[in-house]
Amino acid sequence: MHPLPDGLIIIAKRECPTCMLVEPLIRQLAQDATPLTVYVQDDPAYAAGVPNTLLDDTLEHSYRLKAEIVPTLIRVEAGCEVERTYGWHRADWQRITGRADLGADLPPLRPGCGSKTLEPGIAEELAIRFGDNKFSSRRVEIGEGEDLMEACFERGWTDGLPVVPPTEARVLRMLAGTTRAPDDMLGLVPPDLAPCTVEKVAINAVMAGCKPEYLPIVLAAVEAALIDEFGMHGVLCTTMFCAPIVIVNGPLAKAVGMNSGVNALGQGNRANAAIGRALQLVIRNIGGGRPGELDRATLGTPGKYSFCFSEAQDSEWESLAVERGFAPQASTVTLFAGEGVQGIVDQKSRTPESLARSFALCLRAVDHPKLAMAGDALLVVSPEHSRVFIDAAWSKARLREELERLLLLPGDEMVVGAGGIAEGLPLSFAGASVPKFRPGGLIIVRAGGTAGLFSAVIAGWAASGPVGSTPVSKEITA
Amino acid sequence: MNLSSILLDPTAERAPAVRALQARPETLSGLTVGILDISKARGNVFLDRIAEQLAARGVGVKRYRKPTFTRVAPITLKQQIAAECNVLIEGLAD
Repeated sequence: MHPLPDGLIIIAKRECPTCMLVEPLIRQLAQDATPLTVYVQDDPAYAAGVPNTLLDDTLEHSYRLKAEIVPTLIRVEAGCEVERTYGWHRADWQRITGRADLGADLPPLRPGCGSKTLEPGIAEELAIRFGDNKFSSRRVEIGEGEDLMEACFERGWTDGLPVVPPTEARVLRMLAGTTRAPDDMLGLVPPDLAPCTVEKVAINAVMAGCKPEYLPIVLAAVEAALIDEFGMHGVLCTTMFCAPIVIVNGPLAKAVGMNSGVNALGQGNRANAAIGRALQLVIRNIGGGRPGELDRATLGTPGKYSFCFSEAQDSEWESLAVERGFAPQASTVTLFAGEGVQGIVDQKSRTPESLARSFALCLRAVDHPKLAMAGDALLVVSPEHSRVFIDAAWSKARLREELERLLLLPGDEMVVGAGGIAEGLPLSFAGASVPKFRPGGLIIVRAGGTAGLFSAVIAGWAASGPVGSTPVSKEITA
Repeated sequence: MNLSSILLDPTAERAPAVRALQARPETLSGLTVGILDISKARGNVFLDRIAEQLAARGVGVKRYRKPTFTRVAPITLKQQIAAECNVLIEGLAD
């Protein structure tokens, strides 16, 4: 901080009526023995001719003096601020200036206007130019004629769609979305096991199109992906289809405007799209997980751009977060290594028994109808379908029990060669009852629009569980 | 400095900030060399000689020509060159 000039400092702008009200007083104060410095934010015509009146068009002085409202009057003694007031408060101005008659003919009080330093988009630019803020990430200079979005493509920073160029101002704004320090370490991101700081996540969140208020969710999603049981290295590197699917529960999902309703698994909601994409960009850019390199997916899945939604929650069915041990008011992310959306069309079942059988039959197709205990499954139940169960007083747990019972399958039909198909379970399963999913391998959530007797199966990675990926949850904190 | 021309690196910064040039082949043997004439006067004199020398060494050569030196090469020409050649020589006369 530069030393302050002793005496009085006034910060003003011409477009502020209160500043115009006090302009004649500035001319009076300039006559006094006390030194006076005037910083004018917008127009040199203000207090024109008053000695030591400076146009602060870069707003540097206003920023350093932390002006929030104009006019601001500050008294400085021995280089230190001793008192300030803002707006026009006659008694304050008289006391600070030491002139008991100052503005005696003016009204006693007039509020001021906002300082130009606080106008939208300005504060971050000033913080970068004049503040103490220092990013630890490398600053990449882009040539004058280069298009910033194209520059991001050329450097390999994108998933194939344009990203928002991560300028310093945007990253600073993003970091305001968390109370965590920029150098706070989240862990090592696979596959390169590269260290990941809050700042690096914020840069990728900017690129993904996140608003600052999404950042805590993104941070929780990244931390969840780094939990060992999730097996992010394998999820990325596998030849199979999976992507980390992010399911958000709790009040924060609603607060940031996430979609759990119409088209919940589809496009069009910024929070859903950008949060899921931010996680993918972290894996790509920080972890170095790029397709064709360590990402060896045979076909991949569109979810590798982004796959994120929130669960439709009410008191009628226990939420995924509560099932997984969190308090009802907690906001959480759950990651599931999943494939694409397989629709279940059942427009005729009106009893829970019939609909559960439909679900079970469709769930058999996960991986392959003749395989079992390989991939987990995420069953997304729509409002019209969940109504069938709720009206019959079936809880989510009751539905899961029924599905587990219905999905005890005859090994005879599933062993290699059965049905004339070479794929299948080892012959040792012949004669046995085989559960389709490993214990805990069937997750049920609710989402979707209110019209449509459809639900969906999202198959998990065929290496689900301890051998590959286990779903993980993390509370969203700051 | 224009602040918008600075971006913050989103990667783990394991690669240099300045992008490296494409690795140069150690030998031209077995490669196809494209020769792009940008249509500037007498550029062809120089490029014809290069083509002769390469052909004499048994290197495969393909010739291309931009419609005008005043504009960047048409996309289709760039795609054709990328599909047909391993290496490209572009000659600028004057």
